[in-house]
Amino acid sequence: MEEKVEIIATDEKQEFIVNMGPQHPSTHGVLRLVVSLQGETVKNIQPHIGYIHRGIEKMCESITYPQIIHLTDRMDYLSAHQNNESVCLLVEKALEVDIPDRIKVIRTIMSELSRLQSHQLFWATFGMDLGGQTCYFYGLRDREMILDIFEETTGGRMIVSYNCPGGLMYDIHPNFQKRVKDFIKYFRKKLPEYDTILTGNVIFRERTSGIGPLTLQDAISYGITGPSARASGLSCDVRKHEPYSAYDKVKFNEVLFSEGDTYHRYMARNDEMRQSMNTIEQLIDNIPEGPYAVKMKPVIKLPEGEYFQRVETARGELGLFVISDGNKNPYRVKFRSPNFVNLGVLNHLAKGFKIADLIAIAGSLDFVIPDMDR
Amino acid sequence: MRSIIEYLKEIFNGVLSLLRGMRVTAGYFFRPSEIVTQKYPNNRKDLVMFERFKGEVVMPHNESNEHKCTGCGICEINCPNGTIEVISKTIVTEDGKKKRAIDRHIYRLGMCTFCALCVKTCPSNALAFSQKFEHAVFDRASLIKQLNKPGSQLMKGVE
Repeated sequence: MEEKVEIIATDEKQEFIVNMGPQHPSTHGVLRLVVSLQGETVKNIQPHIGYIHRGIEKMCESITYPQIIHLTDRMDYLSAHQNNESVCLLVEKALEVDIPDRIKVIRTIMSELSRLQSHQLFWATFGMDLGGQTCYFYGLRDREMILDIFEETTGGRMIVSYNCPGGLMYDIHPNFQKRVKDFIKYFRKKLPEYDTILTGNVIFRERTSGIGPLTLQDAISYGITGPSARASGLSCDVRKHEPYSAYDKVKFNEVLFSEGDTYHRYMARNDEMRQSMNTIEQLIDNIPEGPYAVKMKPVIKLPEGEYFQRVETARGELGLFVISDGNKNPYRVKFRSPNFVNLGVLNHLAKGFKIADLIAIAGSLDFVIPDMDR
Repeated sequence: MRSIIEYLKEIFNGVLSLLRGMRVTAGYFFRPSEIVTQKYPNNRKDLVMFERFKGEVVMPHNESNEHKCTGCGICEINCPNGTIEVISKTIVTEDGKKKRAIDRHIYRLGMCTFCALCVKTCPSNALAFSQKFEHAVFDRASLIKQLNKPGSQLMKGVE
């Protein structure tokens, strides 16, 4: 009897295939991972995507540039502001429109608030994936305040549609500055709680330290961007290297670690929350006066040519590539979405670890599935 | 011997970290004023949405049943997914001139993505967002709405 058990454990052909997803609580969306297991050890992962493919790139070819905004909202719904910003920056770059400082500053504040709420949700769901239900409630409780700020100014909570080519849809609400300041004051008090509950927790540390290490070399060759890459020591922050909007006026640190394991991918996001708050604090009192939108032509037509714009979303680098043939619709639109590229490294990271670690690794890469499929 | 002490220290620190976390959660147990949960269906009466909240597109009418929509169709052109359909008619004004006016302004709530392009681009500010957010209905047909009220007319002074 004992001998038989050993045969199963050593025979490499005896692989057990498990479908994780498409409906699985830890994938936060419709991602299907076909996992080959030997015992509890992950041998191979085959991600299957396309369950929420809406053809956004193709739809963009038949609509005008201001209308693209409402589709980019729905790609990475946690970084909707940054996604919209990429379209606006590209159109403004192509038409050589000068954008007043007021718009740039408001866009930067909104982007950083977006990043903050995205990382709060990451903290909440990552804690829940690893078995800490409390994190989920606390994370969402604090995120609610940012969503209220969004709702008051833009009218939407997640699907904001606030940026538009040439500026902003509306001016900021009179309460905006007060609410943001109140939130930062509140969240500076609450952030140490996050560390007490999750970061210092011994179970959490044991489950994340040393799990799924990503070397700098691999981060570069797999094209990983965002906090996941910065945890491996790859300096890839678009806000630093190619500043857009008002990022050249603010001082913030690029959070860099060298270990690159699941714990440091978590810490990179945790520290980025503090950096985002610093950025907002520098700008919130110095919003310059001026118009909230530049008058654009009623029908926006880009000159013939190819355009590229990249922005830093909460999950990494979003690249937007547009070919225009001079019409009001783009000829071809391509999004280089960070989540799709980051998914590619999952097999490399989780191979050889246990299936419970796969949840931690996938959680630490912080996937948003609609951004992968588009 | 040394390793045993370290082992025990590890266990002690581990338990301590759990207790520290529990102190935070237990703290909320004694501070019920910090609970933020809203009891939604019960607080419906005093639940006020923000004034810019994008609930649904409406066409404000004044007391004498007049609206500002001229039937130009710019909202229909700007809508990215065919939510709005403007059906216009030709009317004869008092001084005998032929003029374009709105017959029916159809709004399909089930298709709307709340991008606010129609409200923003309307040249006569005829459209607005209401704060209504409870849109659930039993029949899909009731999501197709006519925004101009029956018998309504164009407000005087709006071209």
